[in-house]
Order: sequence, then C-alpha cells, then structure tokens
Amino acid sequence: MAKSNKPIIWFPFAAGGTVIAFFIPVIVLLTLLAALGHVPAGLDYASMHALADSGLGKLLIFGVIALSLWSSAHRLRCTCYDFGLRADKLVANVLYLAAAAGSIAAAVYLLRI
Amino acid sequence: MKERLIQLEVMRYNPDTDTAAHFQRYEVSCPEEGVVLDALNKIKETIDPTLNYRWSCHMAVCGSCGMMINGEPKLSCHAFLREYAGVIRVEPLAHFPIERDLVTAPDDFIEKLKRVKPYLIPKEPKPISAGEYLQTPAQLKRYHQYTLCINCMLCYAACPEYGLTPKFIGPAAIALAHRYNQDSRDGGRDERQEIIASAEGVWECTFVGACSEVCPAHVDPASALQQVKIASSIDWFKEHLLPGGGK
Amino acid sequence: MSKPLIREVPPTSWYFRHPRYLRYMAREVTSLFVGAYCVLLVVGLQSLAAGQSSYEAFLLALQSPASIIFHLLALAAALYHAATWFNATQKAMPIQIGEEFVPGNLISGAHYVAWAVLSSVILFLAGVF
Repeated sequence: MAKSNKPIIWFPFAAGGTVIAFFIPVIVLLTLLAALGHVPAGLDYASMHALADSGLGKLLIFGVIALSLWSSAHRLRCTCYDFGLRADKLVANVLYLAAAAGSIAAAVYLLRI
Repeated sequence: MKERLIQLEVMRYNPDTDTAAHFQRYEVSCPEEGVVLDALNKIKETIDPTLNYRWSCHMAVCGSCGMMINGEPKLSCHAFLREYAGVIRVEPLAHFPIERDLVTAPDDFIEKLKRVKPYLIPKEPKPISAGEYLQTPAQLKRYHQYTLCINCMLCYAACPEYGLTPKFIGPAAIALAHRYNQDSRDGGRDERQEIIASAEGVWECTFVGACSEVCPAHVDPASALQQVKIASSIDWFKEHLLPGGGK
Repeated sequence: MSKPLIREVPPTSWYFRHPRYLRYMAREVTSLFVGAYCVLLVVGLQSLAAGQSSYEAFLLALQSPASIIFHLLALAAALYHAATWFNATQKAMPIQIGEEFVPGNLISGAHYVAWAVLSSVILFLAGVF
C-alpha cells in the first residue's frame, strides 16, 4: 500500500472551506442587498472596478473564487457518492474540471480589467 | 427496587436455519435502574436460553456488548432502561456480518487494527539496563485521550463511510495509530503513515463526526482523523516540493 | 461453520437512518449552493470586465425573484457551512500549551470572533454602514 496523493485535492479543499466560512456569508449578504435593490456603495461600478484594477484586489478576488470553487467541487463529489452515485471517477473529473474552468475564466476576466 | 415491565424487540438470526434475520418480541420485568444488558440476561435466564449476545464486564470497560439500541450504537451495559420509553429495538452492531442473533464478526476490525501497528515502535532499540523511557506529564497528555479506546467498534457501526466503503481502515484503528504517532517515545510514524495515509486510510473519511458522538470512552476519533489529514498533507508537500523530501 | 449474514447499507437512503446523518448531508449539500454562488460571482466578474453598462445590467438582473430566493438559500448555506467549519476547528487543530490543552470552545470561539470582525470590516468598507 502506498501513501495517497489525495493531499493535492484535500489541502485546497480545506483552505477553500476556511475561505468560504470567513468570506462567502458576507459577500452573499452584499449581493443580497443589491438583489433587494439597495446596491451597497462598494458594489457600484467605480468601486468594484477600482478593486479589480489593483494587483492586491485581483489576487484577493481570484483567491476567494478559485479556492471556494475547488472546495465546493470536492465536497459535491463526496456528496454525490453519499447520495449513491457510484461513478466517482466521472463525477470527480467533471466537477474538478468545472472548478478549474471557473477559476481560469475568473483569472481571464480579472486580467482584462 | 422498583420493577418495570420492559418490552424488547430483538433481532434473531440462526445461521443454520435462517436465510434472513427477523425480530422477536420479549416482555420482561426489570429494575428501573437497570440497563438493556440486564434485560437481555433476564430474558436468557428466564424466557429464552437460545438468545445469543456477547458481554463480559458489565461496566463499560471491556467493549464486548456493543449493539444497536433503537438505531444507536451503544454498549448495552451502558444503555439505561430509564432512558427508553416503549418497545426497545435491539439489533447487532451495524456494518459487521452477523454470526448469530446479536453476535457479530469483528474480524475485519481486528485485521485493520493489526495493520496500523498500534504499539510502541521505539526510535532506537534500548537495552533494559539503560533504564526507562522518560516522559513528561505534557507528553503523556498529548496522546492520553486516544489511549482510552476499548475497541468496542461502536464507531465503525456509526460511520456511514465504513458502511458504504468497507475497505476504509476506519475511526478506531486510525485514532489508535494517531495515539502512537503522538507518543514522544515512539518512532514508528513513517511505517504507520504507509497504511493510514493510503487511499483506504484517512482519505475515506468525510468528517461525518458520528464516531465521536457514539464513542463511550470519549476518545473523539473524528478529531484524530482530522489531525492525521492535516499532518499527512504537510508530509506530502514536504516530500514532493522540498529538496530531499524535506528530510 | 454456517454463513454469517451480511446486511448491505442502502446506498441511496442510508442517511434517513439517523438525524445526525441528515445534519451531515445538510452540511455537504451547502456545497451545491456555495458552488453555484461562486459561478454567479464569475458571471459578475465577466460583466465587470465588459464595462459599466454590462455590470449595471448584471446588478439589475440580480433583482429578479429567482435571484432573491437563490440568495436567501445561498446565505443560509454559507452560514451553516461557516458554523460547522468553525465548530470543527477545535477538533482539527487542538492546541496544547504547556501541559494543558486550550479549551476547544475557546478555539472555535476565536474563529467566530475573527469572523464577526472580518465581516463587519468588509461591510464597512463596502459602505453598508
């Protein structure tokens, strides 16, 4: 028996779980306010553009999105198995590729700003 | 002592004649402050001598009398009758093959326990004449909680991942490996990691946490397994990203 | 020796066997809503990169009833994830100082405090208060 390479998947999952816990509730709250018609000042075009224009802002936005996507993809993979979906390899490939595609898209959009 | 009429629905299986298990209803009068094991003993003594189950110490130390009581893995000597109303449903431990009635085969757990080397592997051999291995109270406290495991297998009966994926090494065995890995006198971590950091090891755990909720000895295997995941991840990054494998 | 009885675990319905399994599955299913919400963030980023008019159209589109319902579900999911995650920190990262272990609730509690401070700072920077 050999040691598994699972840490490649699990470590970003754990990091992403921490990022989700700390950042996602408040970000959802902000866009919820926008959805209710009260767009917070920090979410208007000028502020968001200024944030995404800075190097640190780009890094922060990318980090939150990429790690949260990865963490969700991995947990969803385990959830599919727990619900009885036994095609684990296929589920894993689809979800990890989707998370990677989402992260690459986020990076491309950020670099365009 | 005040007596109460207890109704039990006990799972029966006779490997010589049955192809499936069935439930049998018993009614027996027991002292209020008794436990489910007392009720089973009274049934065996006064109603049905053919009923099979394991028990030994009657004091939550030996770990033999684990069963599912109303769907919850419990030591039957530690399941107090006063906490149950109505019919008490008694089944053998989930996730293990049933040998007869409430008796399950523990072989899979025993085999896994052996594989994780749950004993001290000294860093270097030392003759008895060289004296004892000294340990500070802080070093003892570091692993003490994990020494309390009584191998009762309730955590295996509670763990859905073990039920779904029986090759999973499981909570108690990995928690015991962690117990020795945390021991300042031990040098066997690398050998144990080969087993517990494998695909069948800690990575099958999705942190349901049921193991710790049912553990009668408060070992908290879920905690041990999360620590093993973090330590194994750090190992992996050291081995693959640092020159010389981080040694 | 006669043959032992093997009981299979029902692979698609095992979690109905005990409330703790349902709580676990609820925690796992939060990933569906959080993941979908991240996709929404990527879409928002796309509109931001496409310019002011497209970003403002995105903000306006958020006001649909479906979006509001989705936001409420995502908020509940994110909060449940956060609570279970912070509660788990004391199990994953016990801290021993000297002989004694730091009480677990102190470790989880510190995470809750840090989370409240961080969320307040972000809300303040975003001009909510």
